[in-house]
Parts: sequence; C-alpha cells; structure tokens
Amino acid sequence: MEIPYTVQPRPDTGLYNAKLGIWLFLASEVMLFGGLFSAYVLLRAGAEPGMWPHGWLNVTLGTINTLLLALSAITTLLAWAACKVRDFGKFKFFHACTILLALAFLGIKSYEYHDKFIHYEIAIASGEHAGKFADGHLVEKSADFDLKKKTGTVTLEGHIVDDRKELMDMRSEEAHKAVHHEITIAAADIKKMQNYGPWHNTFTAIYFTMSGLHALHILGGTLVIFYLWGPGSKMWKTDPERFTNRIEVSGLFWHFVDLVWIFLFPVMYLT
Amino acid sequence: MSEPEKTFTMQSQIKLCAMVFTVVLIATALMIWASFLPAHYTWATKVGIILTIATVNAFFVAGFLMHLLSEKKLVYTVLAFTVFFVIGLAGLTLWAMSDFPVGTAVH
Repeated sequence: MEIPYTVQPRPDTGLYNAKLGIWLFLASEVMLFGGLFSAYVLLRAGAEPGMWPHGWLNVTLGTINTLLLALSAITTLLAWAACKVRDFGKFKFFHACTILLALAFLGIKSYEYHDKFIHYEIAIASGEHAGKFADGHLVEKSADFDLKKKTGTVTLEGHIVDDRKELMDMRSEEAHKAVHHEITIAAADIKKMQNYGPWHNTFTAIYFTMSGLHALHILGGTLVIFYLWGPGSKMWKTDPERFTNRIEVSGLFWHFVDLVWIFLFPVMYLT
Repeated sequence: MSEPEKTFTMQSQIKLCAMVFTVVLIATALMIWASFLPAHYTWATKVGIILTIATVNAFFVAGFLMHLLSEKKLVYTVLAFTVFFVIGLAGLTLWAMSDFPVGTAVH
C-alpha cells in the first residue's frame, strides 16, 4: 500500500504529511522548552539577592558553540537546497559538514560539563582556614582520601573565600583579582565537599537540565542526519523528491534546535 | 520552505545563508557586549537588551532558514496556538508566583 501525500501536498492542509507532522512536533517542543524557561525565570526571581550565580559559564566556549550551531543550520539548509537542484554530491558534502559541526558542538559541551564535574567547593570546618570556603578545580585526591572516614587529603587549584556569596559573581572585580594556587585540605577538616554538578544549587540544576535536554536534541538530530546522509540516502535513487522532503523535515528540526540555543546561550551564559 | 521554483538556485540560497549568518554574528557580538555594560546599567536593562537582540536573531533564523515568512496558513495557526499556550503557561505561573495559601508562606 502506498503512503499518501509523502511528496504532494494534501489539498486541505496545503502541506505534505511529514511537514505538518514536524510542525506539530515542534509545537510540542516549544511547550516543553517553554515550561523549562518558565521554571528558570521562577528560580531566578525566587533566588535570594546576591545568591544567583553570574559568570559561572565560559562565554568564549558558549560563543564558539553558538557559531558552530549557526553554521550547521546553514549547511543543513544548503544540503536541502542541493537536493532541490538535484546535486547529490553537494548534498553529501553539506550534510557531512552538519554532522561534523554537531559533533564539535557536543565535544565542547562535554568539555564544559567535565569542567563543572572537576570543579569543587569545600566548606572548611577546622584547621588554618576554619569557617572559610575553598573553591577550585581538582588537582588530586590522596590514595587514602575518604570523606566519611576523614582520612587523606584533597588538593584544589583555586582560592579561599570567607563567604560563599563571594563565589556567586565570577565577573566581579574581586573574582578577577583572586590569585589561584594549589590548596591542600585534610579530609578531617572538611565539613562539606561538593562539585558543580546538577546537585550543587538551583542554577546548576536548571543549567544541566536545559542544556542537557538541548544536547540530547542535538544528539538525536545528528543520528537522524547521519542516517539520511548514509544508509537512508539510498532513497535518492528511487524517489528523490520524497528524499528531499525528508531532508527538509530533518532540517526544520535542526533549525528549531538552533533557535532554542539562541535563547539558551544568552540566558545561561550572559545574564 | 515553499519557494517559487523559478527563483530557486544554489546561489540564491548561499546569499540568503550569508545574510543570516552575518546577522547571527552581529547579534551574538551585541549580546556579549550588552552583558559587559558597566554596573550603572541595571540588570533588568541588560536582560531587556540581550533578549531583544536574541529575539531579532531568532526572527531571522525562523523567518529565513525555516522559511516561516512564506509558510502555509495551517502552520501559522498551529504556531499561534502554541504561542498562546506558552505565554499562558509562563504568564499564569509568574502571576501566581508569590501567592501562598494563608499560613504557608515560606519567606
């Protein structure tokens, strides 16, 4: 049985079915991300003054990712345009570029996540810095380090502050002046030690939730684009128009993912 | 992506892409610049500027790359409903943000 309206538009909707389908799907995606952006606004507006992090994310890496995603959106459009003008070679080239750019985006995102997972904040209970907070990247944990048994030491590359509030604004003059050096703390002196994972505070929770969901969309989109670039491209020989429509539909999804990032980047990295 | 077939060439698409990418570049640079404005600009002002630029940026991506400027009426209808419900979802939540039942206020 032949599936109707895979190439020609339905007379009543004016669209071929897959196109209507992707727009309905994107509408549901807008609701999903809309809810998360609302949650972000609520968390931010509800935060105590001076306790919402600022400058915790690397703007340079965020900017590079913005440009990578914008370029990939463009190569996606050009891949579809190449199909429209029946140039299969160019389609292959542009879609390969899209896949590489997407992988570069995910690589940078992974680096950013890794950076957060090796970044620690330690509340110090006793010793030379009692009552203060150490903040920095993990250099090493001694072989016998065990926080529960209170044995061993941990070394961070970072600095010590008197108040946690000083860690909230990484763009402040004080933060820029802070001298980072190696700090070794005994487990026995540690009150609390926590990395900057999603559990750290509401900012990291919403950051990992939103950027993680976005990264999953990138991963899913990349798999679909890879399929259409590789095994799925066989359809070009039998039904090029239908194949072109598939590229258009996957492209619409990819542009939507770019659109989400256009708001995610300033909200998370710049405000 | 409905476009008259006669005017559809690879060159026209490359020109379109170059225009959109230039807009994205400028918008990104402006947003970063706005985020580093001196302290006498309030946080709300900075956020307002940044989100306005982001919206313009999004308009170009949706309008030209997704060809939303020349779509079918049904797509606009679907999106109009979506925008209505997103604004409702966000608006009602924010509106009720500081409403706590009597005796349950946490701060």
